Amino acid sequence: MKADPKRVLTGNHFINGNHAATEGAIAAGCTFAAGYPITPSTEIVERIASRFPRVGGMFVQMEDEIASSICLQGGVWSGRKSMTVTSGPGMSLMMEHVGLAHITETPCVFINVQRAGPSTGLPTKTAQGDMMQAKWGSHGDYECIALSPSSPQECFDLTIDCFNLSEEYRMPVFLMSDEMTGHMTEKVVIPPADQIELVERKFYTGSEKYLPYKREANGVPLMSKAGLGHNYHITGLTHDEQGYPVLTKKVQEEMMEGMMKKVGDNVDKLTRYEEFMMEDADIALVSYGISFRMAYKAMEMAREKGIKVGLLKMITCWPFPEKPITELAQKVNSMIMVELNYGQMFLEMDRFANKYCETDLCGSSGGEVHEPEEILTKILEAAKK
Amino acid sequence: MENREVRLGGFGGQGVILAGMILGRAKSIFEDKYATLTQDFGPEARGGAASCAVILSDDPILYPNVFNPDVLLAMSQGALDKYIDGLQKGGILVIEEDLVKVGNIDPSIKVFACPATRFAEEIGRKIVLNIVMYGFLVAVSDLVTEEIARKGVEASIPSGTEKLNFAAFEKGYQYGIEQKEKLG
Repeated sequence: MKADPKRVLTGNHFINGNHAATEGAIAAGCTFAAGYPITPSTEIVERIASRFPRVGGMFVQMEDEIASSICLQGGVWSGRKSMTVTSGPGMSLMMEHVGLAHITETPCVFINVQRAGPSTGLPTKTAQGDMMQAKWGSHGDYECIALSPSSPQECFDLTIDCFNLSEEYRMPVFLMSDEMTGHMTEKVVIPPADQIELVERKFYTGSEKYLPYKREANGVPLMSKAGLGHNYHITGLTHDEQGYPVLTKKVQEEMMEGMMKKVGDNVDKLTRYEEFMMEDADIALVSYGISFRMAYKAMEMAREKGIKVGLLKMITCWPFPEKPITELAQKVNSMIMVELNYGQMFLEMDRFANKYCETDLCGSSGGEVHEPEEILTKILEAAKK
Repeated sequence: MENREVRLGGFGGQGVILAGMILGRAKSIFEDKYATLTQDFGPEARGGAASCAVILSDDPILYPNVFNPDVLLAMSQGALDKYIDGLQKGGILVIEEDLVKVGNIDPSIKVFACPATRFAEEIGRKIVLNIVMYGFLVAVSDLVTEEIARKGVEASIPSGTEKLNFAAFEKGYQYGIEQKEKLG
């Protein structure tokens, strides 16, 4: 299905990443948002509050993040595409309901505009310290889908992709933005509505009893919504196809297998990345989000010195792009993860790459983006090995 | 073309960030090239001081921070004092003449002064002082052409204010051309 022209601000805009993400959500058909404003994500809820009522949407400013993250799921079960927006401290509070969205298989989007932590940290300064939290922050096992934008344009594009993936797989999806990308203003090209492809929610239309967790051939159960006349039960307890609690190992296993396989069987399809100057590279930088830009700059500087460096940019961070990373590790001598934390996605890269090549981290405490020279120093060290 | 880097600073309320937005919009939308604007989002942005930096380029911009701009526009003494040390040698310093006093600076820096607040009052509303200053900046810096710069203004102002804003732009631009000729 194509986007609704009334909801798409087609044209060239000079806007920041947070505003671009909001326009992406609106174009994607999001009509419900619940949130509690927090720096550096506030521009998103500001724009939502101003734009949603004009395009048939609703925004509720809740009393806190815990309430926001459950309110948005009510929006989903009423039939709307829904989202919430926050930053690290809010994300920590939302973690219980991230788990609820996973176990109830509720399609929704969480945007995390990351700032330096832990705790209140640096509210106005950038970091990428919540990458592992997105995957592991709520208790129990679940698979995660997370995309990371490196520019306002990607904030627009990837927010649409997040909504599409959440509907396709019927699960929460994360946009892992950051302060710098969110507050940076650049040209954003919003295409005509008929060039924006949307995945719409699939509702049960059969005449038999609706089973909210009966998996279709693709492993994803159909949804219902208020008003369709179905009686069903949604719970955070382990449940059977009907949605009622059944507290046995057998049902737990069936439920978990179904949830894990939705993503696990589609890792290749979900994996998105770009490679730059990798044809003859001896050293591969790996990066994502805002850090990609500094890594690219460092790659150019190293190339000027005659060092053969390439760059892999992860667009999908979760599920981790294990196949391209493993293949790359067999081609190069050394891989360096560039990220604004003390080594989060590095651990994943290292897990797949270290039996084939040297691995290193160009990390940071957060607070500022890398200086390209810092990355160059790591490249020079790797080149000496 | 090498990147051009501009730092704009002043008091909150003078419209320095809007001036930066107009410049970036002109370059990226109307020249169809590249511009990246970043703002200071510290506590200082929530009171007296406001500042932003704009990078203009013919190629995609990677590194977004600006520490050593080649143009500094200072609309307050605080902005000048804070950012003057970062201005590149041979760079251009643009100041609000009545609000900023320039002390000892590197002799290679070209200084252009414009009484933008006074001009804006003469035009009719003090609120357009940032547009006067923007027109002046465009004239003395060659960051974008006059035509492109004007389109940036047109796309950034509320409808009904065109006459006022274009008068402000024109005033600043013409004064800039005069000053540039005068200073060589």
